[in-house]
Formats: sequence, C-alpha cells, structure tokens
Amino acid sequence: MADPTTVRSYPFGPIHALEIDPTYFWLQDHEPLARVKLPYGEEGWLLTRYDDVRTALGDPRFSLAQATVRDVPRLTPQRYGGILTDQDPPDHTRLRRLVAKAFTARRVEQLRDRAERITDELLDEMVKGGQPADLAQALAVPLPGLMVCELIGVPYADRDQFRDWVGAWMSVTALSPEQRGDYIGRLAGYVATLAEQRRQTPTDDLLGALVTAQEEDDRLTAEEVVQLTLVILAAGYESTASQIVNFTYALLTHPDQLALLRSRPDLMPGAVEELMRWVPLLAAADVLPRYALVDVELSGGTVPAGEPVLLAKHAANRDPRRYEDPDRLDLTRDAQGELGFGHGAHHCLGAPLARLDIQTALTALLARFPELRLAVPEDRIKWKSGMAVRGPVALPVAW
Amino acid sequence: MSEHWRIAVDREACLGSGVCAATAPGHFRLDDGRSRPVEDDVEADDIVLDVADMCPAEAITVHDAAGNRLAPDSDIGPRTA
Repeated sequence: MADPTTVRSYPFGPIHALEIDPTYFWLQDHEPLARVKLPYGEEGWLLTRYDDVRTALGDPRFSLAQATVRDVPRLTPQRYGGILTDQDPPDHTRLRRLVAKAFTARRVEQLRDRAERITDELLDEMVKGGQPADLAQALAVPLPGLMVCELIGVPYADRDQFRDWVGAWMSVTALSPEQRGDYIGRLAGYVATLAEQRRQTPTDDLLGALVTAQEEDDRLTAEEVVQLTLVILAAGYESTASQIVNFTYALLTHPDQLALLRSRPDLMPGAVEELMRWVPLLAAADVLPRYALVDVELSGGTVPAGEPVLLAKHAANRDPRRYEDPDRLDLTRDAQGELGFGHGAHHCLGAPLARLDIQTALTALLARFPELRLAVPEDRIKWKSGMAVRGPVALPVAW
Repeated sequence: MSEHWRIAVDREACLGSGVCAATAPGHFRLDDGRSRPVEDDVEADDIVLDVADMCPAEAITVHDAAGNRLAPDSDIGPRTA
C-alpha cells in the first residue's frame, strides 16, 4: 500500500493553457497512488498511470454510486453527478440502454450532412464579419450547441437562452451554488415543458423518443426524462465546444502537424483521436471520483476497500508506459484507447456526436482557409478559469 | 433445456469503449483493447441484449438458436430521416 503520510493539496496549482503540471508525471514514476486533499470532501488517491486510470474507469470493483453516500473529494461545495453517473450496473443499465440507442455511431452518422450544412453556414457568417474573427463564438460554440439541439429537438427560437443556462450549469467556481441551482431549475422546467408538448404531439427527436419510452412502456419516469435530457445537453455543449477551439489552437501551434493534415485529409478521423489524447480537456482530475468496493491491486499499490480514487485522465493519456513519446502530438499515431471519452460502463454517451462535430469543424476549416492562422501572438490568448474544462475564452483567427 | 443464444462481436467495428465488459463482465472481455465474447454460445440472459443495445459502435449482435436477430433492437430511440 502507498504511504498515506504525505497528503498533497490538490489541484497542484493554476493551470496554463494546455500545459499539464509536471507533478503528474513525477507522481507517475514515484507515487502512482498519491494521497490528495481537495478543497472539499474526504482525502482520496490520485491515479496518474494509464493502466490504473483505465482500470478504475472500467472495472466493476470501482463504484460511482458510492459517491452519493460519501463526502466526495471535490473542487466545489456541491458535488458533481446526477442520473446515470450516480449509478453502477446493473441499476445504471436500464437507463443507459434507452439513451444509448440515440447515440450509436450509425445514427449519428445520419446527421453528418446536417453538421456539414450548419458548419458551412456558420463559416459563411464568419467570413462576412471580416478578419480577425473569434473562432469560439463563430463556430466552436454554436456548432455543438445546434447539433445537440437538433438531436434532442430544442426549437431554434430557444437555443441562445438554452446555451446560457447550460453554460452556467457546467461552471465550477464562476457562479455561486445558489445561482447555479437557479439556472438548473429554469433549465429543468423548460425541458419539462418541451416533454409535455411531446406528450400531446409526438415527435421523432430524442426527447420525443424518451417521452414515448415513458408513456408506452413505463420504462422511464417523467423526472428521468428531464434528467436524462439535461445530462445530454450539458455534455453536448461545453466540452465539445472547448475541444473544437483547443484542437484548432493545437493545430495552429503545431505547423508541421497542420501541414500534414492539410496534405492528407484522410488522416482526419485518427487525427481527432490523437488530439483527444494529447489535449487535456479537464482542468484537473475527472469530476467523478470512484470508490473501491473491495481492496483493488493497481500497478502502484493497493486501493483499500471503501476509499475514493481520483482519475487524472489527461496525465494517463500522456503515460510513456502506454504511448511512445507521449508529449509529442503525432497525427499519424494510433491513439486508440485514449481516455478522453472515459472507458467502461460510463464511456461518453455522446462520443459519436462529439467526433462528428469535431471532424466536421476541422475538415471545413482546413478546406476553406488555406492560410488559417492565429490573429494574436500565442501568449495574448486568454484562457478560461473557474470552469471544469479548459479552453481559450476567445480564439482570434485570420485567414 | 434452457434456450441458447449466440453472441458475436465485430472486432473491426468495435471502438473499445469497454461498455460491454463493464456492464456484463461475465459475457464480454477486452482483448488488445477490443471486445470479445467470453463464450459465443450462452444460455439466454437479458443482460447480453441490453449490452448489444448499448454498444456505441453497434458491434455486438445476439441471435437465437433459430438464427433470428434478438439485438440490437431497433424500436427504441428517434427515427432519423
């Protein structure tokens, strides 16, 4: 068992751009089970090695449901979590199965034309507005928002309002718990109204399908319909928007890789996987700690039964034990198995949609703007703070 | 005698999400990052139908002894035009 006498304060310090604190890599080598204390909650073990993080994500001996009855290590007074992420199989399986049907790779693939059309329209607008333009507001934020609204069935007129509510929900420290709760309440009320409309007039969108599952087969409660929709919305907005900006930034600051991708557009699907691996989306460890149900032997020691582990997925994705020369962004690499979308029973439901959004956005940017570049020096870019995910506040580009 | 089903995983389509192995560890395991059935031929068990429905790559299929496809099931979720 690891030495529990050294307890580190976590997170380690302020984050800068897409850099990963070197402490993570020191821990990989010297303290793969590191005792940490977060601003709130009990102490936990920080996992940094790929194999350990993957085990904690996918092995049924680790539980998310336990987090509902424990004083979870966390960054905020309130803990993260909700429907789906508060459950373990087999309880989790009933709901996950119903929602998963909407997110298969095949079904999302059918939205590709729609994604391409939306992207083209957004880029038309960006060009009309002239140079420089903020890529975040012009493309990265509206595209995934519109796509998830498309999937769920949120009316066009309500979409801006919706995005503000969801953005507030995803905030870690930018808002007070009361403000956050207020936004979530308004969002839930709105979704309940949309669901009610679908009870009167059935629709073919995701919310319509969830309502049908509730009405016909009694497989969902009305409350579950709302909660599931909220989870999908939250996941579909901020994280994908941030990654489109982050990936564009990564390409523009790695000219050799950008040139390679321009010359070989066929590399795009694999390039997105490699960018998922290389770019640290989360500001810190995964917001959902897992609890060991029994003593679990990991590469760095034993996690005692009943104790929580925090998963540094971004460090795991740069573990030299798993990926050769891990800090190098190499778009020709086989990044399969990267942990950005998680792993196991809670693997990101929206991964196929996120991949579609990102591939479509990057493909269109490269095809339309052969001279795409940052419009300000790299060190002038302002990065988000107080949010669960990283990303530039704005990404000024010229073309 | 209890009913038997046949499980197949398309290893080309599999994305290695690990949803199956975590949800039904008795029936699926990851091998070299991709899923495999622990046994191809299993006694009827609803969990394998659930898992086939949950696979994000739709890489898992379940057939009954007569060769009828039991999962993935296509009656859940939105129809897309």
